[in-house]
Amino acid sequence: MNWLFALIYVLSAPFLGGLIAGIDLKITARMQGRQGPPIVQPFYDVIKLLHKEVSVVNRAEMFLVVMFLLFMIATGVIFFSGGDLLLVIFALTLASIFLLTASYSTNSPYSNLGADRELLAMMAYEPMVLFTAMGFYMASKTFSVSGICASSLPAIVYLPGIFVGFVFILAFKFRKSPFDLSASHHAHQELVSGLNTEFSGPTLAIVEITHWYENVMLLGLVYLFFAWNSSVSPFLGLAACLLVYFLEILMDNSFARVRWKWALKTVWILTATVGFLNLVILSLIL
Amino acid sequence: MGRFSRSPWVIHYNGSSCNGCDIEVLACLTPLYDVERFGIINTGNPKHADILLVTGGINAQAAEVLKQIYEQMPNPKAVVAVGICAASGGIFADCYNMLGGADKAIPVDVYVPGCAARPEAIIDGVVKAANILDEKYAQFKQKKKRKRENTHEA
Repeated sequence: MNWLFALIYVLSAPFLGGLIAGIDLKITARMQGRQGPPIVQPFYDVIKLLHKEVSVVNRAEMFLVVMFLLFMIATGVIFFSGGDLLLVIFALTLASIFLLTASYSTNSPYSNLGADRELLAMMAYEPMVLFTAMGFYMASKTFSVSGICASSLPAIVYLPGIFVGFVFILAFKFRKSPFDLSASHHAHQELVSGLNTEFSGPTLAIVEITHWYENVMLLGLVYLFFAWNSSVSPFLGLAACLLVYFLEILMDNSFARVRWKWALKTVWILTATVGFLNLVILSLIL
Repeated sequence: MGRFSRSPWVIHYNGSSCNGCDIEVLACLTPLYDVERFGIINTGNPKHADILLVTGGINAQAAEVLKQIYEQMPNPKAVVAVGICAASGGIFADCYNMLGGADKAIPVDVYVPGCAARPEAIIDGVVKAANILDEKYAQFKQKKKRKRENTHEA
């Protein structure tokens, strides 16, 4: 267990995540031929939201949103302290469930529809997330993150299919088009921003900050594919993280939002082919 | 620049506009004018918005809707009346169903003239409203402080 990494994560992830979001806005703007906001714009947004009037729909909402934040931090702490990968994935799912429940608790039709879509999205991507954990176990014979980092070969050598599938479902997690069904992060008017409809002011700020924590943690998972017992590993891993995030931005700007049926079908087909096939081959050769 | 003027999120409501001003409002989002430079986002959700852009004159039906949107926005908030119709009713002012400008239903902070209002003028109006948000927040804080002092004295 490495508690130093966990501490660094807890303290620096909001800044790093916000910065990534800012760079994301800038690159997106440039891809659309616009100048775009300053890189620190996400921080301006969150600081403003924190100073807005508090208007909470019910008591449960604020509690659930704070739990969303705490469990997301817990997920990252387990991951960066080198803990159990399965536990990371379950904690991540639990955190997402808290956000869902917060959205359902508000009783607004838009919010509920957004939550329904988020539930479908989770149904679509969860199998792939589980396959990722299974793949890591089959490749390194351990679920411990520190154990995976100490293996003699990077997991990507064994798990190219799983990696492709995982990058694909990251679009759900990063709230990127074509799978940006539940919160319509860019098309602000659609569903009146769905999942986030009833969150305003400080509550919305907490949701934003939690997403920053989440994004950093997920990029950590991307890094894990390239982690092995070598000094080249950090450079390769970070380069992979940057490339994957750029790919997500490119996807975001190249595809229109799809219907939930299409999203569910494609992701499950992809999971069943590249993900499952990868596991089967791995079980045969190892 | 204060906390609010750096990230003014906008919601747009069309009272009974001819759509001229609405098209100009949306033109502000295009790469040519790119209001996102100033952190301005067209949210479409009153709960996320700081500035309410009203286009078109306000008739009896629209007034209630406009009031409801305004009340759903968390403080501090500002209202911009875009175009001459939202300012005074414009060419429709004498119609039997027309109440007049947006200020007949809700308090308006900034009036943007024009028929239709030009995107440059709309951006100017929104930036002005963003600065008003800062002022309103300062007033709100002062009021809170005064209230606290008064309760201490009592």
